[in-house]
Amino acid sequence: MQNTFEYFLDQLINGVTLGSIYGLIAIGYTLVYGIIGMINFAHGEIFMIGAFVSIITFLTLGIMGITWVPLALVIVLVMSMAVTSVYGWTLERVAYRPLRGSPRLAALITAIGMSIFLQNYVQLLQGARTKPIQPVITGGMELMSSKMPDGGTYVVSLSYLQAIILILTIVLMTVFTIIITRTPLGRAQRACEQDRKMAALLGVNVDRTISLTFVMGAALASVAGTIFLIRYGVIDFFVGFLVGVKAFTAAVLGGIGSLPGAMLGGLLIGIIEAFWSGYFTVEYKDVAAFGILVLVLIFRPTGLLGKPDIEKV
Amino acid sequence: MLEIRGVHTFYGNIEALKGVDLDVHEGEIVTLIGANGAGKSTLLMTVCGSPQAQRGSVTYEDTEITRMATFDIVRLGIAQSPEGRRIFPGMTVLENLQLGAITTNPDFFEDDVAKVFDLFPRLKERSNQRGGTLSGGEQQMLAIGRALMSRPRLLLLDEPSLGLAPLIVKNVFRVIEKINKEGITVFLVEQNAYHALRIAHRGYVMANGKILKSGTGKELLADPSVRAAYLEGG
Ligand SMILES: Nc1ncnc2c1ncn2[C@@H]1O[C@H](COP(=O)(O)OP(=O)(O)OP(=O)(O)O)[C@@H](O)[C@H]1O
Ligand SMILES: [Mg+2]
Repeated sequence: MQNTFEYFLDQLINGVTLGSIYGLIAIGYTLVYGIIGMINFAHGEIFMIGAFVSIITFLTLGIMGITWVPLALVIVLVMSMAVTSVYGWTLERVAYRPLRGSPRLAALITAIGMSIFLQNYVQLLQGARTKPIQPVITGGMELMSSKMPDGGTYVVSLSYLQAIILILTIVLMTVFTIIITRTPLGRAQRACEQDRKMAALLGVNVDRTISLTFVMGAALASVAGTIFLIRYGVIDFFVGFLVGVKAFTAAVLGGIGSLPGAMLGGLLIGIIEAFWSGYFTVEYKDVAAFGILVLVLIFRPTGLLGKPDIEKV
Repeated sequence: MLEIRGVHTFYGNIEALKGVDLDVHEGEIVTLIGANGAGKSTLLMTVCGSPQAQRGSVTYEDTEITRMATFDIVRLGIAQSPEGRRIFPGMTVLENLQLGAITTNPDFFEDDVAKVFDLFPRLKERSNQRGGTLSGGEQQMLAIGRALMSRPRLLLLDEPSLGLAPLIVKNVFRVIEKINKEGITVFLVEQNAYHALRIAHRGYVMANGKILKSGTGKELLADPSVRAAYLEGG
């Protein structure tokens, strides 16, 4: 364990890129929870579908001979966002809207049911085997290097892949923060969160606003799916489960319902996981993330940036 | 302008409106008074389709709106400042006003906000404060201001004077008259029957989900049974 700082930096970069994936998915959990007060347990599967649409698009582009990486990546992102949004929209329209106003438990069980349904649906269509993809983006840049005592050099590098993930995440999160805080759509969403009936009295189409919230969440999750695919190179119909649960953990850690909370929570979970694997053992990295969640919730039941539910109206 | 005919509204099995007939003509201030639980707020909300009338009809400027969605109804030019004010507590005064303007052309926004701030200078000072932290009176001003932002032609006000100090009550009624003079028709629900009937062209008295009486503001003010029931000490 020499070159402690370089090693630390390495883990940090890993953690932040991993955290990007969790954060992008966590936003979907948090937006949906904010607006209709339900945990959309099928959101992890929406992410998984995003990853599948991405791999199908990549392979199709390969067959068509479009291999110039920037172009291919843009097409994949757009396709994946578009198709996955349709899934998100349909999910709300078919499974959740009819249950609006019914007990929370009904919606929760439906969400779990939809999660299982979507897993089986993809398994049927795409098979149960893992799907690999060739590395899409290779190479990187050297951030720093130092001599090790045994004469070798330790190089901290940022791969182009990681750089793209970071830039993509920062851009998307900025854009979504602006949408939520500054645009009429975002105001309508927050109005529906706080008082749906009043929002309707002012002329907000509440159903459409809720649909758009699902679409936004799905679009972000699909980008996470693309990132997951190009980073890990393999996916299967089950990837949505664990990643989804961790993104959900991130949303709760940050304070469910809070947009900055979801981003912060995602980042933290990613970093915790990376450091745990880097310094201790890979085996217990999942336990570490959940352990931190439990600890935080004991001291701050509303999560790091969450607000208490009770408000003077 | 607004025609309510034989309207019955239910909450589950409770029949809150039992056949209400009522008219509001263009340019008027019409007030609806009645005891607690009479169904006044229910009537205002039924006009906006939330809840919808089970029987009967609501017509606004020759369009039947009985079965229309709330957000479509208000787009026809009806705005409501509802019971309990329902300010969005987590949003600033300005954002609340922006939400009021959601159905209008964004180009009008600056002018309309200026008008609202003109009516309620207090709101201007607080424009970046969160709605939930405003005082009751300020919330009331914001609720009225927010309703005005949609440039309504018919304004529904549910107890705008509730919980306000006498001086502010006076001011609110002055504002209502001013709004009306500028061409907005007002349908006003009030407990404060004395003030309401004084500024109203016509009034209705409601009890147990039915209209008991109607007449001009003056007539109702002079009516002994109305005085006994709603104006003692007022
Ligand atoms: N959401 C609801 N669910 C069930 N019953 C309701 C609901 N809202 C109102 N009611 C009932 O409908 C009746 C009429 O209520 P409403 O609020 O219209 O009265 P109001 O005339 O506005 O009274 P107040 O002067 O106290 O505001 C009351 O008996 C009330 O209990
Ligand atoms: Mg009432």
